[in-house]
Amino acid sequence: MSRIIIATSAGLAVERRLVLQVLGIGSLAAMGLAAGLVPRAQAAEQSLAWPKNAFAQKNEAAALDALFEKPIVVPSDKISLDVPEIAENGAVVPVSVTVALPNVTSIALLIPENPFTLAAYYPIPEGTEPSISCRLKMAKTSDVVTVVEADGKHYGARKQVKVTLGGCGG
Amino acid sequence: MASTIRVRAVAHGESTEVQSLIQHPMDSGFVKDKDGKLIPPHYIETVTFDWNGKRVFTAFWGPAVSKDPYLKFSFKGGKKGDTLKIGWSDNEGKSDETTATIL
Amino acid sequence: MRMAIAAIGRRAAACLVLLLALVLPPASAEQRSDPAADQRAFQAYFRKAFPSVGLNDFANGPYAVDKDMRKQWEEIMQFPPYDFALDDGKKLFETPFKNGKTYADCFPQKGIGIRQNYPYFDRQTGEVVTLDLAINRCREKNGETPLAYQVGDMAAIDAYMASTSRGKPFAIEIPDDPRALAAYEEGKKFFYARRGQLNFSCASCHVQAAGKRLRGDILAPALGILASFPIYRSDWGSMGTVDRRFISCNEQVRSVAFKPEDALYRDLEYFLSYMSNGVAIAGPGTRP
Repeated sequence: MSRIIIATSAGLAVERRLVLQVLGIGSLAAMGLAAGLVPRAQAAEQSLAWPKNAFAQKNEAAALDALFEKPIVVPSDKISLDVPEIAENGAVVPVSVTVALPNVTSIALLIPENPFTLAAYYPIPEGTEPSISCRLKMAKTSDVVTVVEADGKHYGARKQVKVTLGGCGG
Repeated sequence: MASTIRVRAVAHGESTEVQSLIQHPMDSGFVKDKDGKLIPPHYIETVTFDWNGKRVFTAFWGPAVSKDPYLKFSFKGGKKGDTLKIGWSDNEGKSDETTATIL
Repeated sequence: MRMAIAAIGRRAAACLVLLLALVLPPASAEQRSDPAADQRAFQAYFRKAFPSVGLNDFANGPYAVDKDMRKQWEEIMQFPPYDFALDDGKKLFETPFKNGKTYADCFPQKGIGIRQNYPYFDRQTGEVVTLDLAINRCREKNGETPLAYQVGDMAAIDAYMASTSRGKPFAIEIPDDPRALAAYEEGKKFFYARRGQLNFSCASCHVQAAGKRLRGDILAPALGILASFPIYRSDWGSMGTVDRRFISCNEQVRSVAFKPEDALYRDLEYFLSYMSNGVAIAGPGTRP
């Protein structure tokens, strides 16, 4: 069995065995937590590193894989994703995500039709509500996808936002 | 020099709601200037919020976040008069930080 | 015939002509200018077209007439992107010139809460004076170089001065002066005249198609359309003044735009603002 050292989104370098991948366990942090190796509070307080590899990916699967290591994303109605139907301007699209699940550890926002898929990534420390609002750029009509990590599992929601050619904006 | 960071932090009971607006071009690297040359990517990568020595929020951003980026979130804790510390750093190594009083 | 006229006599013929001139209406078909009647008709048209929109809500343009856009606007207004320009504008407004004077010394009421009175007709110089023109005249009077129009510091000062007038309704005056009436009529003519390769007039979009789509955009009604200026447009990623919008709109219908503060643009702003008397100033604003 080969060992791979990977820097996770939490900035921890952890040894990992391929066999775990076969067993289909989700994130390393969750695995570590499950094994009692990394207390949740401590994991959150590690200085977090900007997930360079994830931001460099050009498709949804690759971006999610870079963040969560081949997550199995289950659609959830406990995620409220608020986006406009038709963006007034693709340069400034308001996006809000509110999650009604316990133990959310991160929220990711992806725009598959953008040149780089991952738009933003929010690790959620304990005591912070799993609810964020921000404004994103969309190159063209696309789904806006949110993937949430909670209790080591992954949940998702998606909605299409139409981005049109303006008549007045040149 | 004026800060690039605007913050409105309001305590509601046990939680504090934070809104911030940061002055930054957030150039994606895909837009051309008047002469047809690509404007190089210049965007904030990380924004952090600290209260009472605790990291209450981190935003990791890519070039798809809008110009003059906005953020809203809430955390448990914080009361009127407390201090919130906010900082950002971008892909060119620039940064700024400021403190704000919770209202 | 000639003999008949000769018979009446020249003097008699002249008297006849004079008599007829007094009795008959003028040969020209021009109507008397009646801005007040125009304004009543203009406002009545839009109030009827958009019965659920309150008079002051017309200042919000497309957001007054489209729900999905309004929601996006309300989200952005939680923390408006013009915030930085507004602060810059206040600082610029309050910073003294090299000679120690400030903008407050040039304007009535120290420049606070006066934006709703612009443009006005200056009877001394015989021209329409917009706020931007007044700002630069103030600078020149005090030995400072004029600011570039459309963007930057000019837009920032506009933003601050507009903010001090929030809630005050447009109160444009057209004095009983033929030159003022002429300027108003020029502005009105501009508004309704087709131009450019696309052959649109301002009215084509902002009267006939108000509330409807132009490709992906919802068109603002002309009533109140200047009340939220200057605006931060997401499309520009920056602030712009009335000049900036007039010029970009003209270019978008593929006509050659005029220079900022050209007499025609000032007349147009005069007409549009007068039409919106009663609509409260809401600037600075945001737009797509």
